[in-house]
Amino acid sequence: MKSNKSKSRGLFGTIGLFFTDRDKLEPALITFLAAIFSILMGVGLIFIVSKDPVTSTKNFLLGPVLRTYNFYYLMIAMVPITFTGLALCIIYQLRYTSLIVDSSFYTGAIIATAIGVKLSLPAGLHPAVAMLAAGLAGGLIGLLPAILRIKWRANELVSSLMFNYIFYFIGSFVILYYLRDRNQTILASLPFQSTFSLPKLVQNTQLHAGFIIAAVFVVLVSIFLFRTRWGYEIRITGANPKFAAYAGIPVASVALYAHFVSGFIGGLGGAVEMTGLYKSFIWQMNPSYAWDGVIVAMLARKNPKFVPISAFFLAYLRVGADFMSRRGDVAFEFITLLQGLIILILASDKIVNYFKARRLRKNALLAESAVRGVAPKGGEA
Amino acid sequence: MIKFILGVFASSNYWFIVLRSTAPILLVTLGAVITEQAGIKNMALEGSMLWAALTGVIVSAATGNAWIGLLAGIAASVLIALILGLFALKLDANAVLCGVALNLFSTGGTVFVLFSLTGDKGVSSSLASKTLPFIPIPFIDKLPWLGKVISGQNIAIWFSLLAVIAIHLVLNKATIGRRIRATGENVEAAKAAGIDPDRIKFFSLIISGILAGIAGCFLSMGYTSNFTSGIAAGRGYVANAAQVVAGGTAIGAIFASLIFGLTDAMATYLQNFGLPPELIQALPYFVTILGFIVVTLIRDKREAIRKKQLFEGKLLKGGLKPVISGGESGGGAQA
Repeated sequence: MKSNKSKSRGLFGTIGLFFTDRDKLEPALITFLAAIFSILMGVGLIFIVSKDPVTSTKNFLLGPVLRTYNFYYLMIAMVPITFTGLALCIIYQLRYTSLIVDSSFYTGAIIATAIGVKLSLPAGLHPAVAMLAAGLAGGLIGLLPAILRIKWRANELVSSLMFNYIFYFIGSFVILYYLRDRNQTILASLPFQSTFSLPKLVQNTQLHAGFIIAAVFVVLVSIFLFRTRWGYEIRITGANPKFAAYAGIPVASVALYAHFVSGFIGGLGGAVEMTGLYKSFIWQMNPSYAWDGVIVAMLARKNPKFVPISAFFLAYLRVGADFMSRRGDVAFEFITLLQGLIILILASDKIVNYFKARRLRKNALLAESAVRGVAPKGGEA
Repeated sequence: MIKFILGVFASSNYWFIVLRSTAPILLVTLGAVITEQAGIKNMALEGSMLWAALTGVIVSAATGNAWIGLLAGIAASVLIALILGLFALKLDANAVLCGVALNLFSTGGTVFVLFSLTGDKGVSSSLASKTLPFIPIPFIDKLPWLGKVISGQNIAIWFSLLAVIAIHLVLNKATIGRRIRATGENVEAAKAAGIDPDRIKFFSLIISGILAGIAGCFLSMGYTSNFTSGIAAGRGYVANAAQVVAGGTAIGAIFASLIFGLTDAMATYLQNFGLPPELIQALPYFVTILGFIVVTLIRDKREAIRKKQLFEGKLLKGGLKPVISGGESGGGAQA
């Protein structure tokens, strides 16, 4: 799929000089426009419901940079959605739609909690063991919908959503019956041991070393997907499973290890969140970071390299919305509404490939007129 | 334990709850069945139900009439189904991802609207919404056991039974049903036969929207008398699993949704029995997955047998032209 070397110098042609591959540039541009569009929609909604729309809009758009505290909060918020976003990049490269990462992440957090509360280990080792155990459990959970799909052709999204309910209930059962702190009025686990927590990156903030772990994983997953044989097999299988099968790629096992790796990242993300941010398990409900991961992966166009950017974007929106909703009359949930809209737009091939389709149509017309011997208007044949 | 469960099965109250919790699942499952038959997966059923539940409450509170609320709820639900159709069919989007997107849109959107109207994010109790009528059945309500089960149920339960009949007739007796199945089975063949697949798919999406709309309104105007955030509680997803169990038929949908209804109602009882409620709550989803696996297993086995028979030539008598066995043609391709 090489870009066709058209020499026209429109606006996009000029930009195209810097980016050699128009097939990649144009969808990126559309993705960017979708992000802008969603922000405008958000502002529109604020103006509809808020009594003081100008302040609310300002808080929404500038909240994250108005206060240093908010900016640290943004960086912290990037961590879990980076992990789920990376996990879903792998799934989407494979062209599966499983959302089992939600279970992996949640169960990973539960397992980390158990290890943080019950085990006594030296400082550096304690969180590492928790992350590894959570990752392994997450990976195994990640396999479930893939197995159902491969063995019995059961739709992986449907089964993963069922599993998400099951693992959520099992997780809260474990917390309630084995790890609960009975002295607390709210649902909370016993406090983690002091050796369990990750170091903070900046004094007097919540910003923890998990941010660096997430960054490392961005690099690792990029290498995994684009520089290793395994990643190559995942991408080929996703692009054309029949071709991959004919080429001798074991399609089923590719799907399995892709899901394991994806689940591993999800589970590890859950553990990082626990060791980095909390002193005990206090989630009253599933934070469902996998659903945020969907949009992070789609904005990144399934490329782990761009996950930090889209995670930053989403975290910015969320922190802004949070800041706004605490100081005004607009509900935080409008951000979920916008997320849905963005995914809807980005899932549409016709919108994302609009320029490509237009170019192909134009080229076809040019070719047709060239055949007819009529000089085409405003273009070089 | 077994004695306890048998006791539960004998009680009329249990079966009353079974009917009550089966009905919404049955309605959405029928919606999932008809779209799946047309070859499009409606993952947005969850979102449809949420908007229907909220719109029903708001409009019935504003007009003071539950029926107008129901109609408005259905309209909202159909609108979501149509948006799914617009993106999946006209803009070439992945229908499953669109469903995910619309559900996110709906979970956030309903809470956003609820908060903007009432200042409450959790529950719509400040709105004086109406409920759909509960129907006492004369004579039958005098019967000792049966009366307690089926009399005094919400009208939506009877709607769900009507819907089974209607969908059964549509799928099996009407021309449109044949067209729906043809489209689902093979789009190209359907096109060749002069069917517009997009129109058929839109039609089935609208039907599923209506069904999900009734189900959603029942949840907030009958099952409970308020809208609460996330009121659909995954029923839209369960419907998509139950649809597989139903095997694409309206009658199958009854059994598939009964699996969920039976365990869901049993969960309420087992909770009183002292089992941990968290595990009990997971039970309906677990059973749904089990049913889902068992049915696909059976389906695949049946298909394998059919293929084997086809290969061995046992079906050749049925008017199929004799095909020289696969081995030779394979050899030909290699040459």
